[in-house]
Amino acid sequence: MNAGIPLYFFLILAATMFFVGIYGFLTRRNLITILMSVELILNSVNINFLAFNRYLFPHKLEGMFFGLFIIAVAAAEAAVAIAIIINIYRRFTTINVEDANEMKY
Amino acid sequence: MTANQIMFILFSVVIIVFSILTVTSSRILRAAVYLLFVLVATSGLYFMLNYQFLAAVQLTLYAGGIVVLIIFSILLTSHINQKFEPVGWKKSLFSALAVASGAIVTIVTILDYSFAASRSAAAEVNMNLIGKKLLWVKDDGYALPFEVISILLIAAMVAAIVIAKKGGPSGSGSKTIKQ
Repeated sequence: MNAGIPLYFFLILAATMFFVGIYGFLTRRNLITILMSVELILNSVNINFLAFNRYLFPHKLEGMFFGLFIIAVAAAEAAVAIAIIINIYRRFTTINVEDANEMKY
Repeated sequence: MTANQIMFILFSVVIIVFSILTVTSSRILRAAVYLLFVLVATSGLYFMLNYQFLAAVQLTLYAGGIVVLIIFSILLTSHINQKFEPVGWKKSLFSALAVASGAIVTIVTILDYSFAASRSAAAEVNMNLIGKKLLWVKDDGYALPFEVISILLIAAMVAAIVIAKKGGPSGSGSKTIKQ
């Protein structure tokens, strides 16, 4: 299935995606777009796990299960994050990180 | 160039272009749709690596679930046509510099390291094996993480409902302030 594609290609692709996510995390001000950057980062790590599993340890399944659990954790994280974002919006009527700077309302 | 390589190049171009668009687009709803493209292309990569189950999970959970959740919350909290102010050039320049230097260091390190490709026969990843491993309690089993993740999911769901619930002591407090 993956003949002719070295492992490096997958790793470089994942590294690029990871740092694009970091860039979004640093420059964005809106909470939802920050959450989207975090999703990008989680996805790139997942690509790494699966590529390592397929290329270096094809007789085992550790990487695949780790990827599965990362996806589950990402789903839980997104649900809680969006609940918090909606609560912040209700209190401050904005989800801009620079306007919502008080911990106690 | 084989069909495999062409598919890989296609997926990587889609992933990189649309992830850059996701973090730079000035319209939030478009950014969410670009994120959807990235996630679908990632699931294509999983299909190429022959992990069909995980690719299906990626499609249903990420592309189907999380992106829909994000779009819902965008519609709840922002106007559809709301545009962000462009990021200041100073901030974007320094972020880009930091990110580019990190990426260069990582990629040089990756290229420098010689990974020894395994010669052992690949295990066939079918649903039978995945189901057995997820409930297997001895060596090579994942029963404990499976249970932990199910408790985590329940806790996250309850927490999300409690946090996003309307009212409560603080909610009624803000109402009295308005009156």
